[in-house]
Amino acid sequence: MTPALAAGALLAATTDTGGAEAAFFWIVAPIMVIAALGLLFARKAVHAALSMALVMVLLGMVYLSQQAPFLGAVQVFVYTGAVMMLFLFVVMLIGVDSADSLTETIKGQRVAGVLLGLGLAVLLVAVIGSVTFPPAKGLTDVNAEPGNLTAMAGEIFGNFVWAFEVTSALLITAALAAMMLAHRERLTPRPSQRDLSLRRISQGPIKAPLPAPGVFARHNAVDTPALLPDGSPSELSVSRVLSVRGQMRADRGADVMALSRTLADPLGAEALDEEPAGVDPVTTQGVPAGGPEGDQP
Amino acid sequence: MSLINWVYLSAILFSIGATTVLLRRNAIIVFMGVELMLNACNLAFVTFARIHGVIAGQVIALFVMLVAAAEVVVGLAIIVSIFRTRRSASVDAANLLKY
Repeated sequence: MTPALAAGALLAATTDTGGAEAAFFWIVAPIMVIAALGLLFARKAVHAALSMALVMVLLGMVYLSQQAPFLGAVQVFVYTGAVMMLFLFVVMLIGVDSADSLTETIKGQRVAGVLLGLGLAVLLVAVIGSVTFPPAKGLTDVNAEPGNLTAMAGEIFGNFVWAFEVTSALLITAALAAMMLAHRERLTPRPSQRDLSLRRISQGPIKAPLPAPGVFARHNAVDTPALLPDGSPSELSVSRVLSVRGQMRADRGADVMALSRTLADPLGAEALDEEPAGVDPVTTQGVPAGGPEGDQP
Repeated sequence: MSLINWVYLSAILFSIGATTVLLRRNAIIVFMGVELMLNACNLAFVTFARIHGVIAGQVIALFVMLVAAAEVVVGLAIIVSIFRTRRSASVDAANLLKY
């Protein structure tokens, strides 16, 4: 670092900030406040988590500009990378659409909460405004001479070594607690292959394996039902997900009609009466009420 | 620009986080409010470290991050286990200790 640069940096550090940081502040601070308000007003938990992630990324940038490069990197890694993604993970686990109830269980809670929050803000701002701070020293010389990381390491393993030791106990406790809380005891033994097979024989509506999808020589796709000897499609041959979504493909119009009737009435009670002539009612797919899912545990 | 502006920003963020904890019902969002308050404190620590020219503020901010990460792990595990038994992530739903 040239002497002129060092002197300029020192000057900037002693007489508060330059214009660049002021511009940075006035760009970043409103975004951060708006994103934090998103936490307060977002209806969905995912939106709140994303605005929170924005706040944390911006905080990392602020730390970088505040002569805390290590902390800025750690902020992005730990908070944005780990903590917020853990939050998003739990939001997905619990259900994105678990809406916030808007009914007040305690009367006047919302008004009281808003008043308390505003009061806290006014109190804090007033206290900060009434204090005279010394002229800022800045960390330029500390960051230059031992270096930011070296200085922090000296503090951690010097003055704060006891806190650092206790931290390890905290981390171990937290890991154990998370394992205990997330652990679920299995109440019944896990069914073995033999159990599954026995259950299928004794309870399942269909003993044999399910028919494979696809019509010979015409289609070989999973959305095409296999044709029974009389030409009617076998609903059992197509994945239940596809038939529920209505994505089952059937070639002939009669197939489609028969299929839709079978789907609309799984028992096939009414479909039997309206079958076109020539179709043997015995082979029409009257799916048992249990459906194919009873077969596959 | 005075460095105190960052402290003002941290105070505002802290108040927003506290209001979130008071107002929201979804336990996850309440928890994010707590995180926002911790982050606001970190911003104040870093700013004061710069004002006073002492690195200790940054070290304490690092410790706060560490405690917050441990707290998030335990808190989210609690939320998930409550959701598993009560089928709800609302803070109003957990009332087994009420009477």
